[in-house]
Amino acid sequence: MKKMLAAATMALSLGASGLAMAEPLKIGMITTLSGGGAGLGVDTRDGFMLAIKQSGNEDITVVTEDDAQKPELAVQIADKMIQSDQVDVLTGIVWSNLLMAVVPGAVAQGKFYVSTNAAPAALAGQGCNKLYFNAAYQNDNLHEAMGEYAAKTYKKMFILAPNYPAGKDSLTGFKRYYKGELAGEVYTKVGQTDYAAEIAQMRASGADGIFVFLPGGMGISFMKQFAQSGVKIPVMGPGFSFSQDVLPAIGDAALGAKASGQWAPDFDTDVSKKFLADFQKEYNRLPSIYAVQAYDAAQLILSAAAEASVKDADAFRNELLKADIKSPRGNFKFNTNQHPIQDIYLTEVVKKDGVLTNKTVEKIFTDHGDAYAKDCKI
Amino acid sequence: MTIALALEQLLNGIQLGVMLFLMAAGLTLIFGVMGLINLAHGSLYMVGAFACAAVAAWTGSFWLGLIASLACAAAAGAIVELAVIRRLYDRDHLDQVLATFALILIFSEGTRWLFGDFPLYLDIPALLQGVVTLPGDASYPVYRLAIIAVGALIALGLYLLIGKTRLGMRIRAGESDREMIGALGVDIRTLYTLVFALGSALAGLAGALVGALQSVQVGMGEPVLILAFVVIVIGGIGSIKGALYGALLVGVTDTLGRFLLPQFLALFVDPSQAGMIGGAMASMLIYVVMAVILAVKPRGLFPPAHA
Repeated sequence: MKKMLAAATMALSLGASGLAMAEPLKIGMITTLSGGGAGLGVDTRDGFMLAIKQSGNEDITVVTEDDAQKPELAVQIADKMIQSDQVDVLTGIVWSNLLMAVVPGAVAQGKFYVSTNAAPAALAGQGCNKLYFNAAYQNDNLHEAMGEYAAKTYKKMFILAPNYPAGKDSLTGFKRYYKGELAGEVYTKVGQTDYAAEIAQMRASGADGIFVFLPGGMGISFMKQFAQSGVKIPVMGPGFSFSQDVLPAIGDAALGAKASGQWAPDFDTDVSKKFLADFQKEYNRLPSIYAVQAYDAAQLILSAAAEASVKDADAFRNELLKADIKSPRGNFKFNTNQHPIQDIYLTEVVKKDGVLTNKTVEKIFTDHGDAYAKDCKI
Repeated sequence: MTIALALEQLLNGIQLGVMLFLMAAGLTLIFGVMGLINLAHGSLYMVGAFACAAVAAWTGSFWLGLIASLACAAAAGAIVELAVIRRLYDRDHLDQVLATFALILIFSEGTRWLFGDFPLYLDIPALLQGVVTLPGDASYPVYRLAIIAVGALIALGLYLLIGKTRLGMRIRAGESDREMIGALGVDIRTLYTLVFALGSALAGLAGALVGALQSVQVGMGEPVLILAFVVIVIGGIGSIKGALYGALLVGVTDTLGRFLLPQFLALFVDPSQAGMIGGAMASMLIYVVMAVILAVKPRGLFPPAHA
């Protein structure tokens, strides 16, 4: 019975999408599968492949390569994928500095790039491109949301981020909505693992709230050390600081931390619940926000491929722009700069059945775009 | 700036220095005795952290994990010495760098293969949780104080080992004249394996201690390795005493630089700019210090007399 159903669904989906389906599409995924940032890349790959697998579309092939979080390696891989693998669409890069190294070259060679995470300001405003789509957000978005939340709740914030483009975007985004007093504004070295000096400053600063943007291992180190320091100021950050890939390693030190995100595992929609169940069944762990973003990126590419040939760039682009997908996040559409317009929520780290996870608290922004779209002329 | 904050920052600097000392002591010992540049020292740090996290998760005891980290790192060091390093003593430094770099890749991929891509969880033991109040109303985590104490004990232990025991005498003799000590009937091969295992165990201990503060993940050793090299170059390659002073100098300079430079710049430019420029300058500071010291004393602060 199950087989028959599957066959019927297959036939239906084939019928619905018509001839365009037969067009083979090759996707090149460059992501971080080794080194300290591997957890992010693995979730990106797994979320993306889940959507591809669910589609059952055999005309789509995905080649995956590890960039080891090194820009020069990412550029080499992109060149190889474009020239020898002949991919049509590139995707998967986690880090903004790698994305900036790859995307301008790739779109200049007429390839589509659909970002699963990184979204530097440089590619959202004047530097936007018809072939560059972002399925995640614009880098500033989650920080803007925390700024909005902090502006309502706190009077004197201490803010901290690593000293690299996304870190600067982060604090800029935060300050765009938080206009109150700052107890301190600190930039740390990228990859820094000891935050004792910064925590001491927080203790002495008299702040009533702390905002940190420290992705991956940096966030784990910070949260553990913060909890051990005995400083009792509430901590908040963008969703990645407390995402599912880092929570088990932070442990109970993360409990109560507030964060902003476009999705949390407790979303009460059928699409989200189904995604959560499918992901857990396939990989036996909870998905992080990176997995959701990659899942949506794959859905976007699939939706466009079902209606148009990638060889016809204009038609393919128009299909992508429609964003005809069912996102676990809920509302999702593209802005004029091909970055998302979506809702952003406040979440809190809680323990549920012995597992640390994020609980949705309230909606911060409805249909939120970004500050750069007005500078984008396409 | 209050006294409490200054005291806390100074302790932070010392704690970072002590941790660097554990890494640098092994590195400089191995270089001093065997003339070997061991890039894989950071991997042994990672081995220690993973061993501690895995055993602590399995048994629920941080202390067993700590013992496991010493044992695993020492064992890994001894195996590496017997299997690979032993063939490199007569080669030039470039071959050693190449081979030990290969070891980094093997250790990293091996660890990923065993433990997966996601960072492991390791918490500090209940005994060392919490903070103590210091004079001047400063509060400081007990665990970090414990790290400083462990580092001081190890420094004392190494001093006694090298200066007062027969093994130490052989190590010093090995540093001075390898051929002669071999000719005098000392089993130099076993001595080398022992020294390598000792250096590895110290790295493993550092990894385990720091693992409870940070994230235990693949590749965690390499950033520390770079700092450890800075330390031994400043201190004088081959000198344990130099490693101790170099480590404390680097630890305190780095911590105070990160803390004071942005505040100093904020007197001239707006705080946001000061944070950015100060942060960038602070990350260069220890390398500037290294350059200055090497310009004045090209062989480091405490160069071994014979080298």
